[in-house]
Amino acid sequence: MYKVIVFVKQVPDTKNVTGDAMKPDGTVNRAALPAIFNPEDLNAVELALQLKDRYEDVKVVAATMGPPNAAKVLRDALCMGADEAVLLTDRAFAGSDTLATSYALHCVAKKIGDFDLVLCGRQAIDGDTAQVGPQIAEKLGIPQISYVQEVRELSKEKIVAKRAIEGGYEVLSSPLPALLTVVDANTPRPRNAKRVMKYKKAMGRSEFASTLPADADKASAVAEFEKKYAEKGLLITEYTAAEAGADPARCGLAGSPTKVKQIMSVVLTAGDFKNVEPTEAGVSQLIHELITDHTLG
Amino acid sequence: MSNFYTDNADLVFTLRNLDFEEVVTLREKGFKEAEKWDFAPVDYADAMDNYDKVLAVVGEVAGERIAPRARQVDEEGPHFENNTVTYHPLTVQNLKDLADAGVMGVMLAREYGGLNFPNTVYTMMTEMVSRADASLQNLFGLQDIAETISEFGDEDQKKRFLPRFAAGEADGAMDLTEPDSGSDLQSVRLKATQDPATGKWYLNGMKRFITNGCAKVHLVLARSEAGTSDGRGLSMFICEKTPELVVRRVEHKMGIHGVATVELQYNNVPAELCGQRRRGLTRYVMSLMNGARVAISAQAVGIAEASYREARKYASEREQFKQTIDNFPAVYDMLARMKAKLTAARTLLYETTKCVDLRFLYNHLAESAPSPEVQEKAKYYTRLAAILTPMSKAYSTESANRICYDCIQIHGGTGYMHDFDAERYYRDVRITNIYEGTTQLQHVAAIGGVMQRTLDKEIGILMEKIKAAGGEAASLAEKIASMYEKHLESVKFVADKKDAAYHDLRAKNLVENETFIFTGLLMLRDALKDNRRMVLAERFILDSFHEFECNWGAVMSGDDSTIRNHRSVIDY
Repeated sequence: MYKVIVFVKQVPDTKNVTGDAMKPDGTVNRAALPAIFNPEDLNAVELALQLKDRYEDVKVVAATMGPPNAAKVLRDALCMGADEAVLLTDRAFAGSDTLATSYALHCVAKKIGDFDLVLCGRQAIDGDTAQVGPQIAEKLGIPQISYVQEVRELSKEKIVAKRAIEGGYEVLSSPLPALLTVVDANTPRPRNAKRVMKYKKAMGRSEFASTLPADADKASAVAEFEKKYAEKGLLITEYTAAEAGADPARCGLAGSPTKVKQIMSVVLTAGDFKNVEPTEAGVSQLIHELITDHTLG
Repeated sequence: MSNFYTDNADLVFTLRNLDFEEVVTLREKGFKEAEKWDFAPVDYADAMDNYDKVLAVVGEVAGERIAPRARQVDEEGPHFENNTVTYHPLTVQNLKDLADAGVMGVMLAREYGGLNFPNTVYTMMTEMVSRADASLQNLFGLQDIAETISEFGDEDQKKRFLPRFAAGEADGAMDLTEPDSGSDLQSVRLKATQDPATGKWYLNGMKRFITNGCAKVHLVLARSEAGTSDGRGLSMFICEKTPELVVRRVEHKMGIHGVATVELQYNNVPAELCGQRRRGLTRYVMSLMNGARVAISAQAVGIAEASYREARKYASEREQFKQTIDNFPAVYDMLARMKAKLTAARTLLYETTKCVDLRFLYNHLAESAPSPEVQEKAKYYTRLAAILTPMSKAYSTESANRICYDCIQIHGGTGYMHDFDAERYYRDVRITNIYEGTTQLQHVAAIGGVMQRTLDKEIGILMEKIKAAGGEAASLAEKIASMYEKHLESVKFVADKKDAAYHDLRAKNLVENETFIFTGLLMLRDALKDNRRMVLAERFILDSFHEFECNWGAVMSGDDSTIRNHRSVIDY
C-alpha cells in the first residue's frame, strides 16, 4: 500500500478581486473575498488521484490547517476522490508564517504517519511564497522534488518525476518517502456526483460542536458523533496543536519570525503611450531613450 | 469563476419551485435505497439538496471547462480518416470531465451505476451543457439510448450495457434515419435477417445523418419482417461497433460542428433484438424520440440562454450616439422579448419534464402495483406528456432561433463576423427545430391533444388559483381567460368544418395559441411565488396576445384559398 498525504489550503480568491479586497491597513480582507480551494493544491490532489488510478492500493489523505470552516476544501477533496481527510485546527496556529505553518504541517504528517508521499501545491495564491512544501520536507528530513509536472514511475523503492525547470524540464528519481510540490500541469478532475451526495455530510467535530445548543453535554455528544461518522466514513479527523504533538512556542505568531515592517498600497496609473515608427531610425531612437533612463544597460 | 447553474437565477428558481415531492417520492420508492447506497437520499429535502449540489457541479464543469473550449471545438471539429472518426481532443476532455463528474448515467438505476435522477434534473444538465457547447449535448444527451435499453431491454442486456454507459466507457448512437426515410420512419428499409440455424440477427443496409454514428453501442431500427412495408414490420436492435459497420462519410454541417454526423453502411453486422419484434417503431422508437425531443428542447433553451446573455452584454457595452445601445427602445424591446421568450420556454420545458417524469413513474407503478387510481394517473400523464412534449419542442426551438437571430441583430455587423459567438449560436440553434422531428411535425403531434382539449383540466386549475390570488396576476389571468374563450371557439370552428386539409393547415395556429395560453398561466403561477417574475409574465402575455390575435384571425377567417390555389401560386 502507498499512503499519500496531500496538503491543501483554503485561500481567498485573489483572482476575482472586488473593491474592498484590501483593508485600509493594506492586509487582505478575507471576509470580503470568497474562500476557494488553492488552485495548485487541486493539481496536487489530481496527481495523487492519478496515482490511485494507476497503482494498486493507493490511499489518499487530504489534510489542511485552518479554522473549522476550512473543512470545506477537505470535503471538496473527498468529493474528487480522496479517501480520508484531516483538519488541523487550533487558535494557537493563528498568525502563522511559512515557518510556523510548515512546522505545524510536518507535525500532522508525522501524526498521520506511515506515509510514502507528501504532495503540496507549488504555492498558494494568497502568499505566493512557495516555501511551505520545501520546508515541510526539510523538517521531515525527506527528499523533495519541487515543480513536479507528472509522475513517471512509482515503486516501493523510488519515485521518478518530471519537474519544470527554466527553459525545459528534468526527470528526477528519489527514494521514498518523498515530498513533491506540484505545478498546474494537469487538469484537476471535477467533483464526482455520487461522492458529492455522500460526502456533503462529512464533518469534523468542531463543525458538529457548533451545531449543539450551549447547554449540551458537548463531550459525550462529540464522542458519539465521532463514532457514528467514523463508521459511515464521513468523519473529518481533527487534531489540535497538542494532539498533533506541536510545541506551542513554534506555532502561530510565537513561532513566526516573519515581521511585517510596512505595507504599501501601490496604485498603478496608466501613463501616455508613445508611438514608435517601425523604422531603423524609430527603433534606434527608442533604444537610445531606454538606455538613457536605465531601463536597458 | 462561472457556474452555469448558480449564475442562472431562473434555473435555480425552477428547481426550487418545482413542487416535486410526488416525483421524488415515487422515484426513490419511499427512500429505501439509502440503506443500500450511501449516496441515495434519506428524504425529500435530502434529494432536492442532492439535485442542487450535483447541478452546481455540472454548472461548474459547463462554465469553467466546456464553455471556454467551445470556440476551438467549433472551428476544428472531429477528424475523419480511413473510415475512422476521431473526436477533437477538447471534446474528448469534455467527455472525460463529465464522466469524472459521474453524470453519464444520470437517470439509470443505481444498481447499474446510475444516479436514479428524474428526467427533469437530467434535462437541466442538458440545458447547461448546451449553453456551454451545443454540439457536446449531442454526445451527453445520448444517455437516452441507455434509458431505452433500461426500459425495453432484457435483464441480461441491462447488465451488459448499462454500467458501461454509466461509467462513460461506452457511448451510443440511435440509427434511425435512412436516405429515403427521414420524417417518414415507417418506410425504413435496413434489413435484419435471422440465421435460422443459430438464431442470430444480422443487419444489412444504410443509415444516414446518424449523430455520433461512430459510437460503440448502436440502437438500430431495422426491418425484421420480410415482405412488410409499414411500421409494424420494424424491430429494434442493439449492435456494437464492429469492422462490418462502416462509417462511409462525415457530413459537413452548418453548426454543431463538435459532433460527427455520419453515414453508415451495415455489411452483415451482428446484432441482438431489443424488446419484442415488430414493436421497434410503434413502441420503442416513439419512446426514444419523445425522450430525445425533450432533450432537444433543452438544447435550444441552453443555446438561447447563451445567446441572450451575449446580446445583453453587448448591448450594455456598445456605445452609439453617445450612449449604450440598450437605451434605445428598438433595442431594449428586442432584449425584453428575448428574455420573456427564454423564460417562457424554460417554464414550459420543465412543466413538460415533470409530466414526463410522472408518466414514467406511474406507468411503472401500474405494472408493479396496479390499482385503478394509479392506472388513471398513468393514463392522464401519458396524455399530458404526449401534448406537452411536442408543444415544448416547437416553442423552445422556434423561440431559440428567434433569440439567436435577434442576438446577431443587436450585434449589428459585428455579429455577422466569426470573431463573436453570436454567429455560432445562430448556426448551432438552426438544427434544433429540424431534428428529432421538425416543428411542422411537432404541430402534427400536438394538434390531436388540442382538438381533444387535453389541457383543459390543467388550464382550469391554474386559472382558478391565479384568479383567487387577486391583484395584477388576476387581471392578467382575465386577459388569458378572454384569449382562452376565443381559442375554444376557434378549435370548435375547425372541428365543425370537418375538412382534413384545413385542420392540417391551421394546426400551427391552434397549437401556438394553446401554447400561449398554457405557458402564460404557468408564468403567472410562478410570478405568485416570486413577485419579481410578474413583469416577465406580463411581458410574455402582452407580447403573445398580438400573435394570438393574428393566429385566431387566420383560423376564424375560414380562408382556405391556400388549399385551392397553392399550386398556381408556387408555380407562377
